[in-house]
Amino acid sequence: MAAVDTSEQAEPTAEEGGVRRRDFINIAAASFGGVGAVAFLFPLINQMNPSADVLALAQIDVDVSSIQSGMAIKTMWRKQPIFIRNLTPAEQAAANAVDAGSLRDPQTLDERTKEGHRNWLITLGVCTHLGCVPLGAAEGEPKGEFGGYFCPCHGSHYDTAARIRKGPAPRNLEVPDYEFISDTSVRIG
Amino acid sequence: MSFPWAEQYKPKHPLMRWLDERLPLPRLVYNSVGKGYPVPRNLNHFWNFGVLAGLALTIQIITGIVLAMHYNSNADTAFASVEHIMRDVNGGWFLRYLHANGAAFFFAVTYIHIFRGLYYGSYKAPREMVWMLGLVIFLLMMATAFMGYVLPWGQMSFWASKVITGLFGAIPIVGEPIQHWLLGGFAPDQATLTRFFSLHYLLPFVIAGVIILHIWALHIPGSGNPTGVDVKTPQDTVPFHPYYTAKDGFGVFLALLLLAVFVFFMPNYLGHPDNYIPANPLSTPAHIVPEWYFWPFYAILRAFTFDFILPAKLWGVLAMFGSILLLFFLPWLDKSPVRSATYRPKFRMFFWILVLDVLILGWCGGMPAEEPYVMISQLGTIYYFAHFLIILPILSWVEKTLPLPNSISESVLGETAEAAPAAALAKA
Repeated sequence: MAAVDTSEQAEPTAEEGGVRRRDFINIAAASFGGVGAVAFLFPLINQMNPSADVLALAQIDVDVSSIQSGMAIKTMWRKQPIFIRNLTPAEQAAANAVDAGSLRDPQTLDERTKEGHRNWLITLGVCTHLGCVPLGAAEGEPKGEFGGYFCPCHGSHYDTAARIRKGPAPRNLEVPDYEFISDTSVRIG
Repeated sequence: MSFPWAEQYKPKHPLMRWLDERLPLPRLVYNSVGKGYPVPRNLNHFWNFGVLAGLALTIQIITGIVLAMHYNSNADTAFASVEHIMRDVNGGWFLRYLHANGAAFFFAVTYIHIFRGLYYGSYKAPREMVWMLGLVIFLLMMATAFMGYVLPWGQMSFWASKVITGLFGAIPIVGEPIQHWLLGGFAPDQATLTRFFSLHYLLPFVIAGVIILHIWALHIPGSGNPTGVDVKTPQDTVPFHPYYTAKDGFGVFLALLLLAVFVFFMPNYLGHPDNYIPANPLSTPAHIVPEWYFWPFYAILRAFTFDFILPAKLWGVLAMFGSILLLFFLPWLDKSPVRSATYRPKFRMFFWILVLDVLILGWCGGMPAEEPYVMISQLGTIYYFAHFLIILPILSWVEKTLPLPNSISESVLGETAEAAPAAALAKA
């Protein structure tokens, strides 16, 4: 080995600060390999993202014509529950009577519903605390102290605008992107 | 595990010293593929192919684990789940094509690796265990590749599973019960698919385990070399790192380039279009052949067309398995003390005839089972067995070999270098 090692040491080390051509080749080769490895890593990680067939389910149309005032339905969007609630005038009034500024997640009912469809409260049925499905959408379920939704997992109370009022949840129930494509049909997503 | 002049692992950083006393993993790496493993200085690029096979296994395991996240081993949905991977999963087409062509790549480099061993006498003492463990890996590879091919549950998948398990049906008396046991039924179905998926996932890790034994056994005597002459002095070796990490790195670069050509530009070239038709137990494809890497063995299987004491079907199966099992005895069939074909002119000629013979068998294996391919297969099969059972034993007695160089360094540097190592030794 001695013969080999001396030949390496005998190589001209001069020029700028002892940088050899071999150092450049080493760095260039390692960088090339490194870039290749990272490029190969990308599809390995990206394959775990939602696939095209899952994303294709990200938009649904819901017919709301059968929901009477004061009633609510649960439906599925992106494999998650959606609450569609037809608010009574009293429930809307109760929501509007609250000073939004005093809430944990300050929002008015108007900010959470669409112009011309103020009675339609459409939210994800996913508690913003740890993701359980709150009660209150179906007939006979407890609606919590504020007449909206109540999450049985850790006791979060939502009001008639599905705003967090009491309990550990940090935010109001999320309002998804949606639009009324007719008076009785909603497109979610 | 190494030559006395191997560099010793001396961790400088206190943390590395701490680790070395408790879990000497860096030391193991250093002594296996680092500066601590002296390797003959004259290895040519045929010595890249072991590393390339290891790389292929790594690619197969990584892409396979990822594909298993999306694949569905249910007979009703397996085919659709593969199409789901191709069309819906992000980059799924890339991962599947890499896995499918990766299998072909694995076999290609392994065949070159095996023929490298045959040419340079790598199977001879003291490396018999290395050779035999390599054959075990090869058999495991064949089983794994076959079961993987069944998973997409296309027409070729289905009929491959039927035909290959049918081989076991050739065994007298117990054959049929064994076939039913393998399939978990009377024909390939749900039970077959689920167990093949389970084993297809398991076996690569068994292969990885045997590869560790293969490398362990190799590192006892150290790597062979193109002259076949033993390492004698420090002048005969260079440290694995950086010399062979660099040389292997270059080989890896070229090999990946070739693999990329297949994956990106001709991903289905080595495949069979019939496998894009869902499995149909009522209709066999007109021309059924295995993947190219099984063709030589398939030709041997089909070469037996007449009953001779035993049924033809059984002869075919025995010959096919025998053609590989035979290789386990190679270290004792070829008794010539000279390892490398470089110094065995007659052996070299017969080696190339064997290569040609295997290529011809492969060509016949890919052709329909009709004349003239059957007759060519028969002649090729006879020659294959004759090479190992008749030619090699005789050759090792009668062949007049060429004079061997005194040492590896002499073969590299020529006669004039004789003085230099002596001087270097004196210095050391």
